[in-house]
Amino acid sequence: MTDSKYFTTTKKGEIFELKAELNSDKKEKKKEAVKKVIASMTVGKDVSALFPDVVNCMQTDNLELKKLVYLYLMNYAKSQPDMAIMAVNTFVKDCEDPNPLIRALAVRTMGCIRVDKITEYLCEPLRKCLKDEDPYVRKTAAVCVAKLHDINAQLVEDQGFLDTLKDLISDSNPMVVANAVAALSEIAESHPNSNLLDLNPQTINKLLTALNECTEWGQIFILDCLANYTPRDDRESQSICERVTPRLSHANSAVVLSAVKVLMKFMEMLPKDLDYYGTLLKKLAPPLVTLLSAEPELQYVALRNINLIVQKRPEILKHEMKVFFVKYNDPIYVKLEKLDIMIRLASQANIAQVLAELKEYATEVDVDFVRKAVRAIGRCAIKVEQSAERCVSTLLDLIQTKVNYVVQEAIVVIKDIFRKYPNKYESVIATLCENLDSLDEPEARAAMIWIVGEYAERIDNADELLESFLEGFHDESTQVQLQLLTAIVKLFLKKPTETQELVQQVLSLATQDSDNPDLRDRGYIYWRLLSTDPVAAKEVVLAEKPLISEETDLIEPTLLDELICHIGTLASVYHKPPSAFVEGSRGVQHKRLPARAGSGESAESPEVGQSGTSEAPPAVIPSQGDLLGDLLNLDLAPATTTVPSVQPSMQMGAMDLLGGGLDSLMGDESDTPGVSHRTEMQSPQPSSDYSERELGGDIGGSPSMGAALGAPAAMPAALSNAPAVGGGLGDLFDLGGGVGMPTGFYVAPKTLFLPAMKAKGLEISGTFARRGGIIQMDLSLTNKAMSVMTDFAIQFNRNSFGLAPAGPLQVLTPLTPNQTIDVSLPLGTTGPVMKMEPLNNLQVAVKNNIDVFYFSCQYPLSLLFVEDGKMERQVFLATWKDIPNDNEAQFQIKDVHLNSDAASNKLQGSNIFTIAKRTVDAQDMLYQSIKLTNGIWVLAEMRVQTGNPNYTLSIKCRAPEVSQFVYQCYELVLKN
Amino acid sequence: MIGGLFIYNHKGEVLISRVYRDDIGRNAVDAFRVNVIHARQQVRSPVTNIARTSFFHVKRSNIWLAAVTKQNVNAAMVFEFLYKMCDVMTAYFGKISEENIKNNFVLIYELLDEILDFGYPQNSETGALKTFITQQGIKSQHLTKEEQSQITSQVTGQIGWRREGIKYRRNELFLDVLESVNLLMSPQGQVLSAHVSGRVVMKSYLSGMPECKFGMNDKIVIDKQGKGGTTDDTGKSGKQSIAIDDCTFHQCVRLSKFDSERSISFIPPDGEYELMRYRTTKDIILPFRVIPLVREVGRTKLEVKVVIKSNFKPSLLAQKIEVRIPTPLNTSGVQVICMKGKAKYKASENAIVWKIKRMVGMKESQISAEIELLPTNDKKKWARPPISMNFEVPFAPSGLKVRYLKVFEPKLNYSDHDVIKWVRYIGRSGIYETRC
Repeated sequence: MTDSKYFTTTKKGEIFELKAELNSDKKEKKKEAVKKVIASMTVGKDVSALFPDVVNCMQTDNLELKKLVYLYLMNYAKSQPDMAIMAVNTFVKDCEDPNPLIRALAVRTMGCIRVDKITEYLCEPLRKCLKDEDPYVRKTAAVCVAKLHDINAQLVEDQGFLDTLKDLISDSNPMVVANAVAALSEIAESHPNSNLLDLNPQTINKLLTALNECTEWGQIFILDCLANYTPRDDRESQSICERVTPRLSHANSAVVLSAVKVLMKFMEMLPKDLDYYGTLLKKLAPPLVTLLSAEPELQYVALRNINLIVQKRPEILKHEMKVFFVKYNDPIYVKLEKLDIMIRLASQANIAQVLAELKEYATEVDVDFVRKAVRAIGRCAIKVEQSAERCVSTLLDLIQTKVNYVVQEAIVVIKDIFRKYPNKYESVIATLCENLDSLDEPEARAAMIWIVGEYAERIDNADELLESFLEGFHDESTQVQLQLLTAIVKLFLKKPTETQELVQQVLSLATQDSDNPDLRDRGYIYWRLLSTDPVAAKEVVLAEKPLISEETDLIEPTLLDELICHIGTLASVYHKPPSAFVEGSRGVQHKRLPARAGSGESAESPEVGQSGTSEAPPAVIPSQGDLLGDLLNLDLAPATTTVPSVQPSMQMGAMDLLGGGLDSLMGDESDTPGVSHRTEMQSPQPSSDYSERELGGDIGGSPSMGAALGAPAAMPAALSNAPAVGGGLGDLFDLGGGVGMPTGFYVAPKTLFLPAMKAKGLEISGTFARRGGIIQMDLSLTNKAMSVMTDFAIQFNRNSFGLAPAGPLQVLTPLTPNQTIDVSLPLGTTGPVMKMEPLNNLQVAVKNNIDVFYFSCQYPLSLLFVEDGKMERQVFLATWKDIPNDNEAQFQIKDVHLNSDAASNKLQGSNIFTIAKRTVDAQDMLYQSIKLTNGIWVLAEMRVQTGNPNYTLSIKCRAPEVSQFVYQCYELVLKN
Repeated sequence: MIGGLFIYNHKGEVLISRVYRDDIGRNAVDAFRVNVIHARQQVRSPVTNIARTSFFHVKRSNIWLAAVTKQNVNAAMVFEFLYKMCDVMTAYFGKISEENIKNNFVLIYELLDEILDFGYPQNSETGALKTFITQQGIKSQHLTKEEQSQITSQVTGQIGWRREGIKYRRNELFLDVLESVNLLMSPQGQVLSAHVSGRVVMKSYLSGMPECKFGMNDKIVIDKQGKGGTTDDTGKSGKQSIAIDDCTFHQCVRLSKFDSERSISFIPPDGEYELMRYRTTKDIILPFRVIPLVREVGRTKLEVKVVIKSNFKPSLLAQKIEVRIPTPLNTSGVQVICMKGKAKYKASENAIVWKIKRMVGMKESQISAEIELLPTNDKKKWARPPISMNFEVPFAPSGLKVRYLKVFEPKLNYSDHDVIKWVRYIGRSGIYETRC
């Protein structure tokens, strides 16, 4: 019996013939005809005209024919609603059939017919089937509720089907339970706020029991549902984990991934020092590796997920580098993903192997793969410092192959390496210059031009090289044009005599002949700068650049946490939240990881002592944008906490630019001429990897100029706010408060900031202190050179909290050889603001009669804790609740041998104020508040167990990135 | 959940189209054809998003299976389902081909109706499905009431993979330990990565509902027993046990029991199925070692010499040995000399294929070839793909040994001793490559 013949006929008059056959008396002929109809339907022909004839065949005891007719009905009922009613009777009758397979078939099909009138008739049979004696019918009916809900949600609620469905979770048959869970999960998803899937320990227990017994698919439904549950405490979380781990050995990869999702999520709640936590971490690695021996499509899904897991918990797979090595026959999508993970796992320990592999890959056939491999070599160099040299030589080898795209890619990454390790590998420039002609991609051209400009003094024919690019200036892409402009200006500043003509040419090309506003603006700025004050121009354009950071393509943490909650699903494959690709209400709700252990408790208020509402309402979940906004607030508005919470990032870039950079560029030259404001005007066109950090600096690189002109209103406000902070009045007040302190501010011993080697004999060591509300930088300057040093001056680069010298560096007498002078430099917090990495990094320039020297150091955040940081109790309670749980960070302070009162006293000396204390079960809980100079509040809960030298500290703050540094202050203060 | 499922032939013509969800429109069928099957570029991902609709596809020979959805579905589940769908179809009508699909399209629609409801996968065990969906049409209309309820309880039950009342005159079972050994070796003979992925496949012809227990030389189990104090075993087993990195089991195995006691107990499906899969990376016996030597003589000539050494007991015999030595694209002619077997240059595959029928352990053999090259202007160097090998050996390269498989059937009167058991080990090459 071959059915393929049904696919063949395509002659005219076919419909007519079919009609005749459908109405034939012979059963066999009828069946044949229906098959033909279905075949036509499949290939996309419209056979809806046959509707009445096909429906007529429905009244049959032949099950095969019946199924075919049902199939037809499901396809066309919507287009012929009136006639579809004809079928209702048969359905209702079939739902009463003694054969459970037929009852189930009827209820299954009926749910697929999306005609309002039919759904009304469906309710009664469905109600019966939900309580049917046969589990096969019940499991089918459970899904049917979800179908009906999709057609008419109101009807389902009115008819009470949801309650019946909930009851099925306690059904004796595991498959019925699984389908009920699936249906409920789906319905709950479209009603994010309904408490439909009312998960409590009892239902969870039922689900975990069913988990052991149902089919592989049912296990997936149940695990996915479990992942939405938030256990009440770490103990419950552990017991669920224990019952889920056996699933990691299931043959079905989807079961494994869903189990991993549950474990990854619930692990968040386990204390890290728990033995079980370590055991669990170890158990996760093998199944993840096993997923890589699945079929390629599944490998792809697994790899996309592993990419997330490695970012969230790198310790799980850190020893498994080898399994991610690319096989020659892997499909390209598997290869590319493996490469990504290899770079993430690269470390000093395995770098040699990784590099050897990457070098192999760079000779493969697939262009995208090769490019990515070359790029990966560059990223290794930046990530693992010890490997940089080997990476560079590997890249040079690759350049020698002369394969066009390999060379271009290599040049792009070498530019990044130069930025990470300045003055180390410039010897390769000559080799790079040889390949100038073969570069045809904008990114590679721009990178090369940047290199030529940056190192113009070491390249003899730099002017010729740049001139050759200038010939086709208008045909270049914007990226290249901008770079060329900057490079030629750099060249001019370095070799002014020979290149005057060149610079004039490029400035006129950029300003007069270009339509591109970015290019024009950058051109004008250079032009004015050069014509007003060439010295200042030099300082600006040739200033030292900050080093680039290593991890550049990490997923933003909030998004990462959300994606971890979606392991195994499409969201984890796309690395996008479901709202980005799902229409309508489904999936709009953001999922979050549960807070770490004890947070349920710490969310309790000191007085109220009753939790219940530890979950923040979903409305305040910080989206990516908000986070950015917060961050910018932190930088921007030192005095006020009431700045609107979301500020467009563009505006920020622009403001900074005009507020800090331009002022000093255009105006006051009187300021210490040896030190520059490091606006990053000369930076290479930022590759998107690290554009974020350059947001505030790069003048022409981002469209910030345009935005600045468009949004001037916000600027004066922010600027005028700034000087108010930490001014005289505040200081006076602080001074008063500071006198009565039980213990003083802890001052760390001086550390070496600048070795004499790097500063022509000037050695600087120092530390920071806060004395009576005044921030001071204590410096020891030692002259280890042979000659006398004079004319000291100091300047800070923009930093996270606007620290800036409040007075000149008081070195009055010349510093003779082998002499040391101690000076105290008062600092203010009204300087220009730019977020630094790490947050408390401070870049300093010191000038003397010999040269200008740069160093960077890190200050304790406690420097910025102000004296009026004691919060009202009520305000504390409200604020604690108001800050989303996501922002909470927990730390352990080990080996502190103080009781809680002594600790509290000590902390107060550093302006960490204890607001309330509560004692529960020999455990003291201290609630503390801190206020930073820029008005940010930090709330903390410190738990001290009598006799236990380890404290637990939970920190909540609207700007969570400060938490870690606050913790460091606690450590410092308590241990000294 | 899955919104629809389509099957296409290589030209992109639809063979099967079943839509489960209202959010999937008619145009989805065409969207996939236009954007993926007819795409100019090679497929870059098995998941494609076209106009906010996600398509998952797998390919079997030249047939495309695509699942469609507009929701945030469990992607791993969708692919597992597509593979399962292929398995089910193969179990029903053999090879997945255009011809077979067209011949069985009614059956496929029936199956799709049964194993996927509103996009949720349901029971997809062929053993259960075959009890009521057959190629001769549907069976259930002539069934007695008991038979019907037996079917439904099997489909939904805890032991969905086995029906009650199976009887054999001779109780018999076959165990096959099938391993594929994977290797990536550097030209200098350094093992870059090696692992064995193995499967234990069981054919069971047992009466009733037998309870089985499977034991192997798993290091964890042996060590545990060793501690327990059985003196005679410890000395030997120390060497013979193997460390299993990870294993996964057929759904009949009680996973929680494995997790707690590491014992493998189950009621097996009837007939052939895969009991477990495992992976090992430690102490792997590499059956063959390939030693390549490539020398470029000027721009138009390559000299290749490859030695293979067999590294197992001389009493054992490896079969179906094939060594594949890639040649550059601009090869114009090849001369080969080999001591053993037959070697041929296959221009269409850009490789020299050297075949040896049999080879005993601890032997070596050699091939040398001269490759003439056409001069080209192509600047790009030849990528030198690795030399790959295929073979089959009658032992398990991981060292895995089956210790026992006990059968208990308390209700019927046969005991473990009455069951005839067969065990066989086959080691095959997976991706067994040596870079040159």
